[in-house]
Amino acid sequence: MTTKTVQQRGTVTIRFAGDSGDGMQLTGNRFTSVSAVLGNDVATQPDFPAEIRAPAGSLPGVSGFQLHFADHDILTPGDAPDVLVAMNPAALKTNVDDLEPGATIVVNSDAFSVGNLRKARYESNPLDDATLSAYNVVSVPLSTLTVGALEDTDLGKKDKERAKNMFALGLMSWMFSRPTQPTIDWVWSRFGSQPELAEANIAAFTAGFAFGETTELFAHSYEVKPAALPPGRYRQITGNTAVAYGLVAAAERTGLPLFLGGYPITPASDVLHELARLKHFGVRTFQAEDEIAGVGAALGAAFAGNLAATVTSGPGVALKAETIGLAVSVELPLLILNIQRGGPSTGLPTKTEQADLLQAMYGRNGEAPVPIVAASTPGDCFDATIEAARIAVAYRTPVFLLSDGYLANGAEPWRIPSVDELPDLRGIVDFAGGPNHDGEFWPFQRDPTTLARPWAPPGVAGLEHRIGGLEKADGTGNISYDPDNHQRMTELRAAKVARIADTIPPLAVDHEDGARLLVLGWGSTYGPIRAAVRRARADGAAVAVAHLRHLNPFPSNLADVLHSYERVLVPEMNFGQLQRLLRADFLVDVKGYHRVNGLPFTTAELVDAISHELKGLS
Amino acid sequence: MTDTATRSANAEEAPLRKKDFQSDQEVRWCPGCGDYAILANVQGVMPGLGIARENLVFVSGIGCAARFPYYMETYGFHSIHGRAPAIATGISATRPDLKVFVVTGDGDALSIGGNHLIHAMRRNANLTILLFNNQIYGLTKGQYSPTSELGKITKSTPMGSLDHPFNPVSVALGAEATFVGRSIDNEREHLTEMLIQAAAHEGTAFVEIYQNCNIFNDGAFDAVRRNRPQQIRLEHGKPIRFGNEDEFGVALKRTGELEIVDVATVGQDALLVHDAHRDDPGLAFMLSRLSHTPTGPTPIGLFRQVERPVYGTELNRQVADAIARRGPGDLSDLLAGADSWTVTG
Repeated sequence: MTTKTVQQRGTVTIRFAGDSGDGMQLTGNRFTSVSAVLGNDVATQPDFPAEIRAPAGSLPGVSGFQLHFADHDILTPGDAPDVLVAMNPAALKTNVDDLEPGATIVVNSDAFSVGNLRKARYESNPLDDATLSAYNVVSVPLSTLTVGALEDTDLGKKDKERAKNMFALGLMSWMFSRPTQPTIDWVWSRFGSQPELAEANIAAFTAGFAFGETTELFAHSYEVKPAALPPGRYRQITGNTAVAYGLVAAAERTGLPLFLGGYPITPASDVLHELARLKHFGVRTFQAEDEIAGVGAALGAAFAGNLAATVTSGPGVALKAETIGLAVSVELPLLILNIQRGGPSTGLPTKTEQADLLQAMYGRNGEAPVPIVAASTPGDCFDATIEAARIAVAYRTPVFLLSDGYLANGAEPWRIPSVDELPDLRGIVDFAGGPNHDGEFWPFQRDPTTLARPWAPPGVAGLEHRIGGLEKADGTGNISYDPDNHQRMTELRAAKVARIADTIPPLAVDHEDGARLLVLGWGSTYGPIRAAVRRARADGAAVAVAHLRHLNPFPSNLADVLHSYERVLVPEMNFGQLQRLLRADFLVDVKGYHRVNGLPFTTAELVDAISHELKGLS
Repeated sequence: MTDTATRSANAEEAPLRKKDFQSDQEVRWCPGCGDYAILANVQGVMPGLGIARENLVFVSGIGCAARFPYYMETYGFHSIHGRAPAIATGISATRPDLKVFVVTGDGDALSIGGNHLIHAMRRNANLTILLFNNQIYGLTKGQYSPTSELGKITKSTPMGSLDHPFNPVSVALGAEATFVGRSIDNEREHLTEMLIQAAAHEGTAFVEIYQNCNIFNDGAFDAVRRNRPQQIRLEHGKPIRFGNEDEFGVALKRTGELEIVDVATVGQDALLVHDAHRDDPGLAFMLSRLSHTPTGPTPIGLFRQVERPVYGTELNRQVADAIARRGPGDLSDLLAGADSWTVTG
């Protein structure tokens, strides 16, 4: 056996696709972990059906995991996979159109049975005809080889076959020169209590690796060298984990106990799960009877002196709207974490979209301004959550944090911050300690700078007071139906939110000499937009780019920025929600690029959108 | 927030009186409303509870009854329609040092807020829930409510209501509330006793209070008020008797149902002896079904009181257990995770 040659690659995109029971998410995650530890920059995009297990072999049951890894910093999970691993005909059918000619397809030839071909609506076997002639197809009998590798184990044939994803992972690990030990260690940590299962998985994995080395099917393997990321200690993180950690960090940095009220909803539930495991941080999680109770309990906990949050997705926000309005009215700190998904209604539960911006902005009765912070990358979910908590506590207001399905489940290397470098938020808590107005306690006597009202949780003698959703008299907080008072209180609530702009950084523009076009984004489009601008610049175009974290209020320099460019392009995974806000607020003819197919933008389509706008300028 | 419990112990220095629980807000219920009597009773009960005023919280939803917190010189939260049990659960679960009351009405608790009510009771959140039942929507001016009798003619049901009403005590027992009682707005001593027992209960205490709405549903409970033959006073450990001369009683038939019997005919020994502490809520439920609406024989008093783990206590125990087992969480360790690597410049 001779060792095969190794070719260097700068960047590779792999997609693992199979039945939702085939373990594709696990396979993809393992490959990602190993690549990250190896020092590559990575970006991932899981893509799974809303059904837990659609019928085996069917088209709706296909689950995919795309991973982009590179020897340089990358911004997206990649447009078109270089390698597709298809575990059955349905996985091939649903994914092959995303490939560029020349891409490699590794298929489990064992799964291309007459029945599976029929379920995938193939009239003939694509492995035998010209369907795939544009690609480099590698047919591997993954099931047979896996069962063969596990001959000596006592597992039944079905259980043996189930390890085929580990065989595929082993094969890909060989193909891209990934070390095997981290995965073997991981299998032991996961299946240690069932040694037979652990050994079988490792045997399948090792057999896959050895198969790559020995088979004639592959002439060589590839290597992707580590990326030159900024120095530091790194880990992988998904957006949902980062949101959960952001809450724990905000609790520690404010010195407040954390309470999360929630109700299971895709793609937000992982935040609830993660926090439920962190009780030793003093975290209290509450799975409520419905979305309304989730936010209701959180608001009660806020009244009681907790850092309180509720986590949900768009349909849940719709149900919580009345309580969020109440939080605006009673002016208590409350975090509403919206992990957006495709809408309207139930929409696309497992797919991404950013079409809840106007819901966050306006989705309540009355004049009910709510600050909005949007995260831009999985790792940024951490910082954005802390920022949302800062605003909520300092200004005694509900705050929306907008993430989405792409950030929630996507992973990237994250430079682990030291706790000392996180914002110190103790000073903003400032519970009321005593009377504040001529020997009395006035619950709506405002701080002259922030316009925030006192936060006076129960338990302090002398500060007994009542709050509620009826209009309150300025200062005393007593019920008031006085017309002038309502006008004044409405103005005060609006002014309070507007003043947040005094404490947020100006919008930073990555300008380029001669740029007449600004590409402005918000939320999870950060990666694709930056990647597209990078490519456009490499092609010689002068383009400026900026990304908004604060959607309400906007940074105070936004008007100047918008007016500094002849054209502003706002790509959004909606039909122009930020575009509308900008046009309305700044009277600028902002252009939009809109697509809502449940997937993040590709770099290529944004490059096209940019060049379209540039053409319009010349 | 842990120092507040110790703080409350000092409250004994100057005993509070009823007037210390009256806020400076003008009470704005209609003259003659049953709510006045309930408010006075609750304010009167407060000093005797042995709870510092600053540790009392009244939470309400929407409706006439929901104005209640404004009139109590305690902490208070007048929230939104039907959601008071949810909001109150967030308060009580995170602050075991507080005594949290929910004041609600039949529309608030059983119509728009039915889900929160049953789940608070199932969970056994530490809440004292006072449901003022007047069998009508008062604040919106007289529509039928989920406790209105079938065929109720109101503005929204000019030909009579079509939907079968809830019996609030049956609902509470069905949701396995650990404390279920019923009283009447102007039966001062009975209501006082019920409130004291409810406030002392660990877990969800549910008290239905028949409350007269003299504007939109006057006299709804006249058949079961004091000294009326249809009122049955439940007393733990005593045979269940009622009537002008206590001539009637409640007995358990061989078929497993309850029946109204003539005591002179069957004898005292044949009567059902009320046991409020039975673990099984079945008999209490049957008692709540003697009459579906308060026109026939209707029990008031304590239907059921049992002990079950309290939601907030258990939630905090899990947190304490986790800290004891794993040590207080270390944020640096959490952020670092198990799989990290170093990039050198």
